[in-house]
Amino acid sequence: MQQRVALPHKQINAELLNVTLKAPLWWWITVGVLGVFVLAALASVAVLVNKGLGVTGLNRPVMWGLFIVDFIFWIGISHAGVMLSAILRLSKAEWRRPATRAAEVLTVLSLLWAALHPVIHAGRLWRILYWAFPYDFSRGIWINIRSPLVWDPSAIFTYLTGSALFVIVALIPDLAVLRDRTTGIRHQIYSILAMGWRGTPRQWKLQIVAGFLLSALLLPVFVSVHSIVSWDFAVAISVEAWHVTIFAPYFVIGAVHSGVSAVVTMMVLMRWLFGWHSYIREEHIDALGRLLIVIATAWLYFFFLEFSFALFSRESQEIALRELQVFTWPWWPLFLTFLLAGYVIPVGLWLSKRVRRSWMMMFWTSLLVNIGMWLERLIIVIPGLSRKTPFSFDWGAYHPSLIEVTIIVGGYAFVFLLLLLFAKAFPLIPLFDIKEGQTLSEEIKIGRRTIPALRVEE
Amino acid sequence: MTKMLALFKEEEKAAKATEALEKAGHTNENFDILTGSPYPEGAFGEAEPKHHLYVYPLVGAFVGFTMGLLLTIATQSAWPLVVGGKPILSIPAMMIPMYEGTMLGAILFTIGGIIFESRLPNLKGGLYDPRITEGYVGITIEVPKKNAGELQKLLEKAGAEEVLKREG
Repeated sequence: MQQRVALPHKQINAELLNVTLKAPLWWWITVGVLGVFVLAALASVAVLVNKGLGVTGLNRPVMWGLFIVDFIFWIGISHAGVMLSAILRLSKAEWRRPATRAAEVLTVLSLLWAALHPVIHAGRLWRILYWAFPYDFSRGIWINIRSPLVWDPSAIFTYLTGSALFVIVALIPDLAVLRDRTTGIRHQIYSILAMGWRGTPRQWKLQIVAGFLLSALLLPVFVSVHSIVSWDFAVAISVEAWHVTIFAPYFVIGAVHSGVSAVVTMMVLMRWLFGWHSYIREEHIDALGRLLIVIATAWLYFFFLEFSFALFSRESQEIALRELQVFTWPWWPLFLTFLLAGYVIPVGLWLSKRVRRSWMMMFWTSLLVNIGMWLERLIIVIPGLSRKTPFSFDWGAYHPSLIEVTIIVGGYAFVFLLLLLFAKAFPLIPLFDIKEGQTLSEEIKIGRRTIPALRVEE
Repeated sequence: MTKMLALFKEEEKAAKATEALEKAGHTNENFDILTGSPYPEGAFGEAEPKHHLYVYPLVGAFVGFTMGLLLTIATQSAWPLVVGGKPILSIPAMMIPMYEGTMLGAILFTIGGIIFESRLPNLKGGLYDPRITEGYVGITIEVPKKNAGELQKLLEKAGAEEVLKREG
């Protein structure tokens, strides 16, 4: 049964703009602490640029390390937003309303940070321009379209641009609310950003159509992004475990699994931090929990396929690599942790309705999924490169340096910091969407029960 | 001419006011509704908004595809360096930037279409009240100055809490 509370628009404005209009003390403290981590990461990047890639643990044959592992992880997180928001919008799922904006913003911010990983990984950041952007008219040298390292930036650029514009367009009505509730310079800024929005039927109709249209356009882009990231690996013939035909759907579903889990973590945090108890309710995380069971099981199916295809080939190189991943120190405890954290423990718990409706349990289980999924990317990238292959000279180990770890940790602080800054400037829950839900909802009586119902426009 | 904005606290009263306006000879082309959230189409008897938003992504996709095609062909032909024994114009590889170009074009044109079709940015402003975003329903109408008093009475009778006026 869904729990709905009828709230006047004035109260919705006041409650959902509580942080935006007046940031509490914890907000300033958290921003300060996160800022320190971000500064530490920036200092580490500066050292990396100054000294070169020698300050990282990267060395032959493991030339892809934590930066690439984390890059895939954040690209995965970025799939939460648009996928969740688009599918729920297109299917007119009522429980989407408090989740869409946060998910879309998480997409943009995590994609922004993800896109910086290959740049930092290059060591000489500016050289990325030579490889990724078709700009060099004077020398006549162009990028190599046949390389997956060019496909990636084209996909990420499209996804980032599209997702950011999606967020901005959906923000316009809420910017008008902020315009009407602020004074002074803030009023002037919000007035410019709201572009003279008045809330005419024409504007609302286009806003609704835009939501559907952009969802439909961004869904195929989201599928392409992680497919192309997987092709960075799959088209490389030199590394056994990477040269797999099902990598694209395997990566996409893995991304959705970790991304939707990240949305759950974020929604629980939003409820706790901003006190949005009337908006983020048990029915929402319950629905997300049920959705996650399906997604996680689909992901497990692809994981099983990927693994069993490798064993079925009976090629000595493949078998040896799987042995390294599953039975050899230090990989076996990581492999076990990945399976337990990524699937067994959370899905096992989500089968219980009590767990799905417990904020604390959903917070920790969704966090656990992302620990597992981060380890999955680590297990794919590093062991594959460590082994001697026909195209590498020798075996090698990889030990991340303090510089790499600082940048990676700083990255988490960076995304969280940007989220908090976003929450200070704009509402993380779309006010007009919540208000529309209130307008359309009603209660109907069936027999002796009164249940919430919804009028849906055709 | 006098521009008027009638503010209604309840949507039912606003709907009744538009009925009264129609009875008084004002068609739904003459008045507009302002709300703080979307309402089902025709909830206030307003004219159905016509738009051409669906054309924009198609045009954008065509432009994006063409740009992608030109970019991939032109850049690879400009410096025909064989890498890894692959053809200079490798169709499967070219399809990826072309696909992304197509989607980017469609998205950018759609965004442009949303802004343009929503008649934004609205530089002229018009009568407005912040109470609209607090749940009030506003009805805007423009009438000859001599009819303004009569119309104000009609709107107030229908339940308007306040009627704002602006000459010009």
